[in-house]
Amino acid sequence: MTIAASTELICFLILSVVIIAGGIGIVFLENIVYSAFLLGGVFMAIAGLYLLLNASFVAAAQILVYVGAVNVLILFAIMLVNKREDPKPIKGLQLRKIISAGVCAGLLALLIRVDLTTPWSLPGPTSIGELATERIGEHLFTDYLLPFELASVLLLMAMIGAIVLARRDVLITDVGTGKEVNQGLIEKATSPLLIDKNSSS
Amino acid sequence: MFNSPIEQVPLQAYLILASLLFCIGVWGLINSRNAVRVLMSIELMLNAVNINLMAFSAYLDGELIRGQVFTVFVITVAAAEAAVGLAILLSIYRNRVTVDMESFNLLRW
Repeated sequence: MTIAASTELICFLILSVVIIAGGIGIVFLENIVYSAFLLGGVFMAIAGLYLLLNASFVAAAQILVYVGAVNVLILFAIMLVNKREDPKPIKGLQLRKIISAGVCAGLLALLIRVDLTTPWSLPGPTSIGELATERIGEHLFTDYLLPFELASVLLLMAMIGAIVLARRDVLITDVGTGKEVNQGLIEKATSPLLIDKNSSS
Repeated sequence: MFNSPIEQVPLQAYLILASLLFCIGVWGLINSRNAVRVLMSIELMLNAVNINLMAFSAYLDGELIRGQVFTVFVITVAAAEAAVGLAILLSIYRNRVTVDMESFNLLRW
């Protein structure tokens, strides 16, 4: 085994340990801020896996989009809704956790069995290595042009939708009549619609 | 690494790693009480699928790397999903003043 090969193996092992441990931490840690920072670490480890697979462009996109945008967005959401609350105890929660763990273990066993028993047509064609970025560009502007354009429309829709959903209603006065005009795009009653009888606040 | 095929780490190792991450994500999706953690679990599952696509693209489709193109699209859709999901979360939080998933039962009956 050459040095390059063993280095690759060691990198893969380290990255996969980071990914699995980080994933378990995200799900099980009590403090959600720690979970959010662990999520950033997991995203970067996955970008490292992409580098191992000769995909530098996708690794850069992963870091830019996931760590730079999604993770920061999640941190902002945590800060905006940061309220220490002890969730109400629910009957049968422990049983529910055990049952869902059983279902997930079954799914995992199924997936691993499929992974190991399927005869993959290895070895495939030779990897084009560093030319991957150019090839992605060719794909995006020839045979994947329609999905590419649709993705831009989707991003626009998501941006407008997020603004509409998250904004507060703005009250400004009408120029002609002097009355207050509700400029909110979502119809909303002024008093809370859903008064939870159990919550004190 | 440029011209040599990547054969040292088997393809199955990547697939098993992705399966583990996906199952962790499913468990977290079902059992999280905090709505933000549910969104994080969804991101974990999407990333597991991305690892699968990238591994297949490198091992089985090294000539036309279609898996990488799909991964780019999945990343795009995941970013849009996260933005809209967190906006919905903020909007619910303004109404119910909680992020506990068990109290979001408006549509149940």
